[in-house]
Amino acid sequence: MSTVLNAKVPAGALRDKWDNYKADAKLVNPNNKRKFKVIVVGTGLAGASAAATLAELGYQVDAFTFHDSARRAHSIAAQGGINAAKNYQGDGDSINRLFVDTIKGGDFRSRESNVHRLAQVSVDIIDQMVAQGVPFAREYGGMLDNRSFGGAQVSRTFYARGQTGQQLLLGAYQQLSRQIGLGGVRLFNRTELVDIVVIDGRCGGIVVRDLLTGEITSHAAHAVVMATGGYGNVYFLSTNAMNCNVTAAWRAHRRGAMFANPSFTQIHPTCIPQSDESQSKLTLMSESLRNDGRVWVPKNADDSRPAGQIPENERDYYLERLYPSYGNLAARDVSSRAAKRLVDKGHGVGPLKNGVNLDFSAAIARLGRKVVEERYGNLFQMYERIAGEDPYSTPMRIYPATHYTMGGLWVDYELGTTIPGLYAAGEANFSDHGANRLGASALMQGLADGYFVLPYTISNGLAPLLNKPVPSTDHPAFVQAETEARERFGAYLDIKGTRSPDWFHRELGKIIWDYCGMERTQQGLEKALSELPALYAEFKKDLRVTGSGENVNQTLEKAGRVDDFFQLGMLMCRDALDRQESCGAHFRSEYQTDDGEALRDDENFCHVSAYDWTGDPMAAELVKEPLVYETAHLATRSYK
Amino acid sequence: MKQLTDLKLKVWRQAGPEVDGYFESHTVDKVSDEASFLEMLDQLNERLIGEGKEAVVFDHDCREGICGTCSLMINGQAHGPQRATTTCQLHMRTFKSGDEIVIEPWRAAAFPIIKDLMVDRSSFDRIVEAGGFITAPTGGAPDANLILVPKPVADAAMDSAACIGCGACVAACPNGAASLFTGAKISHLNVLPQGQSERYKRAEAMVHAMDDQFGSCTNHGECSAACPKEISLDVIALMNSDFRKSKSKNRKALSRG
Repeated sequence: MSTVLNAKVPAGALRDKWDNYKADAKLVNPNNKRKFKVIVVGTGLAGASAAATLAELGYQVDAFTFHDSARRAHSIAAQGGINAAKNYQGDGDSINRLFVDTIKGGDFRSRESNVHRLAQVSVDIIDQMVAQGVPFAREYGGMLDNRSFGGAQVSRTFYARGQTGQQLLLGAYQQLSRQIGLGGVRLFNRTELVDIVVIDGRCGGIVVRDLLTGEITSHAAHAVVMATGGYGNVYFLSTNAMNCNVTAAWRAHRRGAMFANPSFTQIHPTCIPQSDESQSKLTLMSESLRNDGRVWVPKNADDSRPAGQIPENERDYYLERLYPSYGNLAARDVSSRAAKRLVDKGHGVGPLKNGVNLDFSAAIARLGRKVVEERYGNLFQMYERIAGEDPYSTPMRIYPATHYTMGGLWVDYELGTTIPGLYAAGEANFSDHGANRLGASALMQGLADGYFVLPYTISNGLAPLLNKPVPSTDHPAFVQAETEARERFGAYLDIKGTRSPDWFHRELGKIIWDYCGMERTQQGLEKALSELPALYAEFKKDLRVTGSGENVNQTLEKAGRVDDFFQLGMLMCRDALDRQESCGAHFRSEYQTDDGEALRDDENFCHVSAYDWTGDPMAAELVKEPLVYETAHLATRSYK
Repeated sequence: MKQLTDLKLKVWRQAGPEVDGYFESHTVDKVSDEASFLEMLDQLNERLIGEGKEAVVFDHDCREGICGTCSLMINGQAHGPQRATTTCQLHMRTFKSGDEIVIEPWRAAAFPIIKDLMVDRSSFDRIVEAGGFITAPTGGAPDANLILVPKPVADAAMDSAACIGCGACVAACPNGAASLFTGAKISHLNVLPQGQSERYKRAEAMVHAMDDQFGSCTNHGECSAACPKEISLDVIALMNSDFRKSKSKNRKALSRG
């Protein structure tokens, strides 16, 4: 592999780069498009929008999802909203401001050109989704309503109650369904990617496993898009859906796609705290709640009175105190660490003293219960279901939890990975959020990639391949990948040890959370790197998978995913150890300012850390892509 | 936190679509009342694996009531006893020690059983593919604020669009009909200004796709009672009304809505 990364950033001023790219990009004649086969893996916002749009253009598209239906992808769980620089509120928003906010929110660890393009196409996304019938919230006059989110001083977030992700995904799913009905897309549901195949230095297709029959088959294509989401479930407990996993991205990494910034994982400040040991996942409460909720803890540590009995002067509204200009809307990483510190000092609330209050009493007094109900009704109901408490009368209890992964497959400006012909979109790539993602930006990025970026860049990549057939699935590379996959799944069944995949997953998650979570130290990371290989060896020796490989076997599926999480976990800890600075969500205790804020080291770490597979995640080769800021000014991020 | 003991589970086991199924009894102890229903099943599965047995297969994913993947008949009720609640959001505090809990898959001819508690709901996707969309190819959309949508209309569309496609409506229906699901999708799109061009064609195509696969609606209303998102029966009225209009020969009248 080459060790120089070429990001293929087009020439010209930042604001002209995307126009220049499109002006120079090669096109495929409408009659020739049907000669090309494109595979899209994943049907979330990025995957469904890419598959639908590519099919509309005329490409033959095969889409794959491990869900029973494309509509189940985890994009559906996003609650709060989607950002766009529409400036409909006339409050000073612009493409440039969205760009700067995103770069700053990411703590200057993302690539300027990609982020600027994201801000540019954000406005098209809202137009497109409205045309498709997404029922965004409206003012009485019929115009679109907005609200604000963390890390921004304008209201640029479009929303559909607390179910924005659901409504956007249904929009993309409907568009995909239309193409399935028309024959433009063939959908393979309940089918999981188990390998990708590289032939003559180019991605030739994928190998998949039918989750109903266990059958392993090959699919060839001219180009493959990975829109397979993030890897937050490496922590075991996260807000991700149970089936979210890193396998597709990891298998691509093992075949030569570099993996960038693996340690950049976001901890979301507002989730429902863990209630007991048997808990299988954590539930997010949308950040939008921080528009009207006030975060506080008792001033006296170990104050165990119910919230209502603690008088005003004994409450510490710490976000308002520490960050007066952003207050309760300070960026996610900043808010999360503030909560962790207070809970660590004994100021936590709730039976396990593991949360902070998010209090709506002031908002209810100011706006009335009806308005609050209209804005957040379904979130309040969800909280009530899970916690068994009524948030209209007592404050919600919240605590940070793993939510989103900024790291992912390294991609260039065209969203191409280091394997030609293999693209990555949405959360699966590393591109736009640097070391920390702002709220309401994940939906924006997924749809930007799928609707407005990939269709151009894939055409540019396909044009030179005109009249070249896809590789045969009898090619030795396919045959070998199939054999390896069969052997891998067979091996899990053959270990016949004593521990379930979930048991190992839980143990793995504890190590990663303790040492590579909200705060990291050299000592902790070194400890993790000594414990992980030992636990992984145990996994290979003592795993127990019951049932067979010839029909539905969720235990077997889980085994494959946990295997890949182990390898990823090692790479995460290595990356976190190597990055001797604090930036965004990556907080190394050794590198902080006197008042406990992240201390960046731009001289030594203003780069993307990409890793090349060498056969052992503990020995991956680090390749750096330097980050150059021509427009945004490298500055210390402050929400004070 | 309290613990529940001596929960007597009767779980449907079925090795595959073509073989007979049966109820398997298990007693589960030491379940936290804070645990969700699916976490209780996780606990059972961990034990089964420990005993060298095959885990019970069930569909689930987000575990926060939005993806629509989970799908269990619990004591004969779709998604269990709590109103407006998916199985994954049902918590064990709803039950008490010693309870007998019968767990079955969705029961409907249009949702064939794949294994144990997992069913095939792709018949829903076929309905959407037939017309559950607005034709708006990427790229040509006008500015979003050019299409004014009165707030009550947007709210009504959202009420219908809240459907998560879980299939509880079909499972609860004595006829195995999919009118609530289909009506919800039709109502979401047919009340919006953007949805008007294809309004009647959409209703016609989707109702035909529905009729090809599901039973007939006789207005029992069980669907709405079981719906975790409390979709109103009104959507069925709107669907029927638009379907009827789609059959009218008078295209001139059609053009006036």
